[in-house]
Amino acid sequence: MLLNVRDVSKSFPGEPPVEVLRGVSLELGSGESLALTGESGSGKSTLLHIVGGLEGADAGAVELDGAEISTLKDAELAEVRRQHIGVVFQQFNLIPSLTVQDNLTFHARLSRRVDAAWTAQLTQTLGLGEMLRRYPEQLSGGQQQRVAIARALAGKPKLVLADEPTGNLDEDTGDRVMELMLELTSKAGAGLLMVTHSPARAAALDRQITLSHGRLS
Amino acid sequence: MHRTAFLALLSHWRRQPLQLVALLFGLAAATALWTGVQAINQEARASYDEAASALGQGTEQRLVGEGPIPRETFIALRRAGWLVSPVVEGRVGRVTLLGIDPFTLPPTAASPNLQGDRLGAFLGEGLVLANADTAPALSGLNVETAANIPDGQATADVTTAWDILGKIGFDYLVLTSPQPMGLPPLAQIAPGLSQVTEEAAGDIANLTRSFHLNLTAFGLLSFAVGLFIVHAAIGLAFEQRRSIFRTLRALGLPSRSLTLLLAAETAVFALLAGALGVALGYGVASALLPGVAGTLRGLYGASVPGSLTLDPSWVLSGFAITFAGAAVAATSSLWRVARLPILAPARPRAWAMASARGRYAQASVGALLLIVSGVIAFQGEGLIAGFAMLGALLFGAALMLPLMLDLSLAVVARFVQGVLGQWVVADTRQQVPGMSLALMALLLALAANIGVGTMVSSFRATFTGWIDQRLASELYLTAQTPAQAAALEALLDAEADATLPLRTTSTRLAGGPADILGVVAHQTYQEGWPLIVSVDDPWTQMNAGEGVFINEQLWRRTGLELGDPLELLPGWSLPVSGVYTDYGNPEGQAMVAQPELLARVADISPLRYAARIAPERTGELRAAAEAIGVPSGNILDQASVKRISLDVFERTFLVTGALNILTLGVAAFAILASLTTLASMRLPQLAPVWAMGLTRSRLARLELLRAALFAALTFVFALPLGLAVAWMLLSVVNVQAFGWKLPMLAFPVEWFRLLLLALLAALLAAALPAWRLGRVAPSRLLKVFADER
Repeated sequence: MLLNVRDVSKSFPGEPPVEVLRGVSLELGSGESLALTGESGSGKSTLLHIVGGLEGADAGAVELDGAEISTLKDAELAEVRRQHIGVVFQQFNLIPSLTVQDNLTFHARLSRRVDAAWTAQLTQTLGLGEMLRRYPEQLSGGQQQRVAIARALAGKPKLVLADEPTGNLDEDTGDRVMELMLELTSKAGAGLLMVTHSPARAAALDRQITLSHGRLS
Repeated sequence: MHRTAFLALLSHWRRQPLQLVALLFGLAAATALWTGVQAINQEARASYDEAASALGQGTEQRLVGEGPIPRETFIALRRAGWLVSPVVEGRVGRVTLLGIDPFTLPPTAASPNLQGDRLGAFLGEGLVLANADTAPALSGLNVETAANIPDGQATADVTTAWDILGKIGFDYLVLTSPQPMGLPPLAQIAPGLSQVTEEAAGDIANLTRSFHLNLTAFGLLSFAVGLFIVHAAIGLAFEQRRSIFRTLRALGLPSRSLTLLLAAETAVFALLAGALGVALGYGVASALLPGVAGTLRGLYGASVPGSLTLDPSWVLSGFAITFAGAAVAATSSLWRVARLPILAPARPRAWAMASARGRYAQASVGALLLIVSGVIAFQGEGLIAGFAMLGALLFGAALMLPLMLDLSLAVVARFVQGVLGQWVVADTRQQVPGMSLALMALLLALAANIGVGTMVSSFRATFTGWIDQRLASELYLTAQTPAQAAALEALLDAEADATLPLRTTSTRLAGGPADILGVVAHQTYQEGWPLIVSVDDPWTQMNAGEGVFINEQLWRRTGLELGDPLELLPGWSLPVSGVYTDYGNPEGQAMVAQPELLARVADISPLRYAARIAPERTGELRAAAEAIGVPSGNILDQASVKRISLDVFERTFLVTGALNILTLGVAAFAILASLTTLASMRLPQLAPVWAMGLTRSRLARLELLRAALFAALTFVFALPLGLAVAWMLLSVVNVQAFGWKLPMLAFPVEWFRLLLLALLAALLAAALPAWRLGRVAPSRLLKVFADER
């Protein structure tokens, strides 16, 4: 099993503390895609962040490819993110100071896993060939998200996490981006965990689970 | 409504306390350095006025001659009805001794209190009066304290002054105003005398004008550096509050009211910062004044007390400059708010980037200023033009800095390998607009440091070499009386390898006060005298009484060429055979063959001698001189004179050194303020990199590296700029201010030290934001990715 989340709980400080996740467990295999749905504030993004090693859990365990990551230190978690996880954000979050080409290969170069043929394939499939020398601010939202997908996949990660990747795109562009992301994730043999509000997008994935008040329903 | 709106506007500062501190401190620092300098200048001017009023000289006129005025001339003038009073003036250590005649002193003069027995002692027992601070410097004399004598001055009867100073005759006669009607013309009674105003007599205020202008320029530079901080803080705060502005406008607050409220807010801050700045300025002035006093004493012989008097006028001027500075810094922001559409979105990041668009226009203005500076350098004249040239150079270069940094980072990017390095350089380029004001402040501070440092070090090196040449004799001795001088000369002739009698007379050359130095023909002078230009075989010509050497100051002031005649005394002119450097002397000086001088000026004091002797025998000769009654204080060996001279020199530049450090400190704060305010805006750039696998601590280290990169690149531009400043100071401003030109020398070790200091300042400034980034909660970074931002 690529990803094994067991009884993860998380609270945020407050009076009283806000319980965001309550004993959540899930599994995800390599090459499998899983949609995580739920209302705003249900804990979807928090679960995604914990799985991605971006945030710690209060209780429970997260195993990635058989290795426990929830107990790792900051530097070790950073190494896991660098080597094994690709992330696609709703706001694209490209690095404005770098060209499309540099953004595209940034993560792969950080992890020293640049595969020129794979990068070329990503570039071609995502239609980025003519915009490699441009800067993010010169691209449309859909174009930026395609660059973000390419960036997440260029290093051939084991797990791709996507947080509302089409949330800022119009319907048609969103459809195209989804299609490409699923196709390329599958080609890369990576597992995909995607947070979405949209039932239609969720239905396009292999499985879907719903979070409600911090629990899987 | 207005109160509620005002409180809403102020609430921003509660959430941004560091920004508030940056704004208040920037304004306070700018005010402090400016008012500190003004306080020092005012204190010094008050001191000059006090000194001038000691003889009621403020509006009085003097009669001066081409040399000492004989007693007979004074008596002739009095007998003819002229109301004149004789004055003898000279230095006793650091004290100016005025010899006066209490009976003929003008009624407007602040005469010393000579009631009862004191008058007898003053006239007959060699009594010297000085205030309590000055009296200890006159050890060995019959001193009593008198409160109304200005600091650094002493008063005695003319005969007492003659004895102490070894002078004969009067230096000038003070004219009482008004004079009786129907007096015989001056030319008839004393044809050698001329009437001059106080200013023409070369008063100390006039001499020190250049020094105070120098200080003012430095104060202005520091003020400008401080204003960069304020401008950045106000601009950013306005941009961050756009959403508040939008809400207030949408809720019915008129645009005019909003603008007025923001102006009122700025005024409140100016008031707070002004109070803090004036208090800090008082502290700065109090700390620097002893150094300034030392400088003025060393450079011009002017005496200024080392303590500060609180004067309401500079307190008020401090507040005025704070309000003016705040208004300058806030005007563009207020203008934008007044024209802001109600629904304009908040774009603090766009604000930081806005200057990127204007940087070509800004660089063009900068280039224009550099051209103006160049034109002034070769066409302008006078001290004001000199400072205008420096100002245009510094601000022109500062305006060009953002573009230059961007271009050089583009070059650096070509050579950087590795994904992280490329990202760091690219991201640093993106930060240039947001950091540009702070880096411009750093550029100005570094350039001023390099410029002034190079000038001072060049001056020090030249001065040290020069003093070795000028002070070639091993011992310098001054007898107390002509009889003792004769005995001393006999002793020196017997014991020393060479006796060099020193004879000088005070006069006026080319309309200004000057000394004529009579020297004997000796190889000591020929080997070491620092001639800048000369005719062929100048010494033969001068020793033969066929030529005169003049000092650089007189040469530059008069524009005389070699071979041009200079009238030394009425009916005695000699062609200029050489020009020598004479650092530290504010007045003109001419050097002639001693026999020629003595043949024309009979009453020259014969008391001073230099002696050449093997260094190991100086102690022996000193003891012998003391045995015939020469006081030990009147015998100076070469090493002591050099030590005293170099000590005076070091004190002279103490103040500029202190102002240098203060300006650099303000620039470092500007960097801190910019980095701190930009830190929150940088999270969207840093969070994705963190998410892709860089730790927060590594990102923090990279932030430190970025700050160091900025400082190093700024230093690269500051170095040539600073050298240009040094050249202008040495070749243009100093010539105008002091009358001498110095060679410019290179001091790479000092520059390297300054580079390290700049790096340290930048790293210290970046340390807090970097530390905060290293410890930022992941949840804050994750907010960057959240939909609900």
